[in-house]
Amino acid sequence: MSPEILRLVWEATLDTLWMVAVAASLATLIGLPLGVFLATSGRGELFAAPAVNKVLGFVVNATRSTPFIILVVAIIPFTRLLVGTSIGTKAAIVPLTIAAAPFIARLIEGAIREVDGGLVEAARAMGATPLQIVAKVLVPEALPAIVLSLTLAIVSLLGFSAMVGAVGGGGLGDLGIRYGYQRFMPDVMAIVVVVLVVLVQLVQSTGDRLSRRLNKRLRHG
Amino acid sequence: MTRPLRSDDLATAVAVPRADGADSAIAFEAVAKIFPARGGGPAVRALDGIDLAVAPGTILGVIGRSGAGKSTLIRLVNGLETPTAGRVVVDGTDVTALTERGLRDVRRRVGMIFQHFNLLSSRTAFDNVALPLEVARVPKAEIRRRVEPLLELVGLSDKRDRYPAELSGGQKQRVGIARALATRPTVLLSDEATSALDPETTRSILDLLSSINRELGLTVLLITHEMSVIRAVAKEVAVLDAGRVVERGDVFDVFTRPRHATTRSFLAAETGHALPPFLRERLRPEAAPGRPTALRILFRGPHATDPVVSQLSREFGLDVNILSGSVDEIAGRPFGTLVVSLAADGPTVERALAFLQARGLDTEVIGHVA
Repeated sequence: MSPEILRLVWEATLDTLWMVAVAASLATLIGLPLGVFLATSGRGELFAAPAVNKVLGFVVNATRSTPFIILVVAIIPFTRLLVGTSIGTKAAIVPLTIAAAPFIARLIEGAIREVDGGLVEAARAMGATPLQIVAKVLVPEALPAIVLSLTLAIVSLLGFSAMVGAVGGGGLGDLGIRYGYQRFMPDVMAIVVVVLVVLVQLVQSTGDRLSRRLNKRLRHG
Repeated sequence: MTRPLRSDDLATAVAVPRADGADSAIAFEAVAKIFPARGGGPAVRALDGIDLAVAPGTILGVIGRSGAGKSTLIRLVNGLETPTAGRVVVDGTDVTALTERGLRDVRRRVGMIFQHFNLLSSRTAFDNVALPLEVARVPKAEIRRRVEPLLELVGLSDKRDRYPAELSGGQKQRVGIARALATRPTVLLSDEATSALDPETTRSILDLLSSINRELGLTVLLITHEMSVIRAVAKEVAVLDAGRVVERGDVFDVFTRPRHATTRSFLAAETGHALPPFLRERLRPEAAPGRPTALRILFRGPHATDPVVSQLSREFGLDVNILSGSVDEIAGRPFGTLVVSLAADGPTVERALAFLQARGLDTEVIGHVA
């Protein structure tokens, strides 16, 4: 394999990592509070606002039910408004973020709902405000599950990022399609797949290890 | 703490006319709680016409079966539930009139412990005890000064950096107790605090609660479904049945002279009221010649150790056969139950009963032995 190809693979890897890292960070910034709110705004809950909860829930579901490749194309005007262009790696971050945020929100909602209601009651009994309950009880108690959720979201983003080549997004997926498929270079395709597999393994095992370290419910030797 | 909490902090929240609840630490006044119908089910009347007061510094035990309304009752005190009707007065503050913000101040003066401990798994013993202080925005240095002695009080100084998963049930409840005491409350609520513990651990937790009540002068409202818990710590007991207080009084009196059927059934195993099966099977309600009369004699307080059996047989020339019995101590006073059979005719039995009653003993004819 020529050094030229290796350089391409290296650059594509950096592109992918950059897109996924930025999109995952932004999506977490949106998805974490959204997920916490979804988990605590039902009838009779901490921030009870059942109507808002329903509307947000609908928006989240609608976004999640749109196939990613459709979403990428559908929001092009919005992307252009936001970053000034609709093609390139920077532009690809917009649909990636918009696809990942509701996904993360639902995962976080699930993680928060798993926290024992008795803990919320105990916190209320000690005079905690709803925000204190979120910050000192719900999020810390759900943290191991939240870390696993984010791990899953990052792995999904790695997959999604392969599709943004369709709008000139660059990255490993784009490289695989253009060189491996369209130029009949199976060795490029193979190396793209291997790099993606390695990345997913790294992300997953790091997430697993971090989650386990944070989980004080397990006895540590 | 930025500033010690003063009683006028609570008074500003709502001015309470000093009513009957004024000199009680906790007072329920004509309290009712109805849970509205939901999902096709009927509305549930969880509490109905509750009038109950707890004197400062005492331990009131509330006993009831599951579904009797105990959990709802205890949650009214710190406003985790609000009553449908009536008032709940805590330390002179009508908590039912408070907003959520006002309730938060009251909650810092009312500690609570739970059946399943409700400790944060992500925090060490120390940090769990510190949580209510963090919530009250107590400075870090002050938190350290206050948490250490609390851990010492509950005997867990050596476990300060352990996570709940590394503690036994009894140790977790000790952390729960230390946490409940962190804000220096005047009232402690105990929600089935020992129901998840084995008998020995239960004993040690109850001893701890007793000593806290004695030494810190804390008022304790304790709910349980076990008479043995009431008996071990409470001075007074209220029996809750289907949302109503059906019996209320001094623990010794209620234990030795239960009036309500629910109380009796709770006590059956606890005070020797339950008859051994072999005896129960042989008892017949109707008298017949040759069937000795079975008699239950209760020995309360000063008469608990009287030698009445030998007196009976001497006085009336009777054969007194002891069928079952126990001598025990309730709320620090001796108490005994004896089931005997008297092989005698009706009039003699009557005279024997009069003899026993004249000595201040409670008697009850429970049947005739076939």
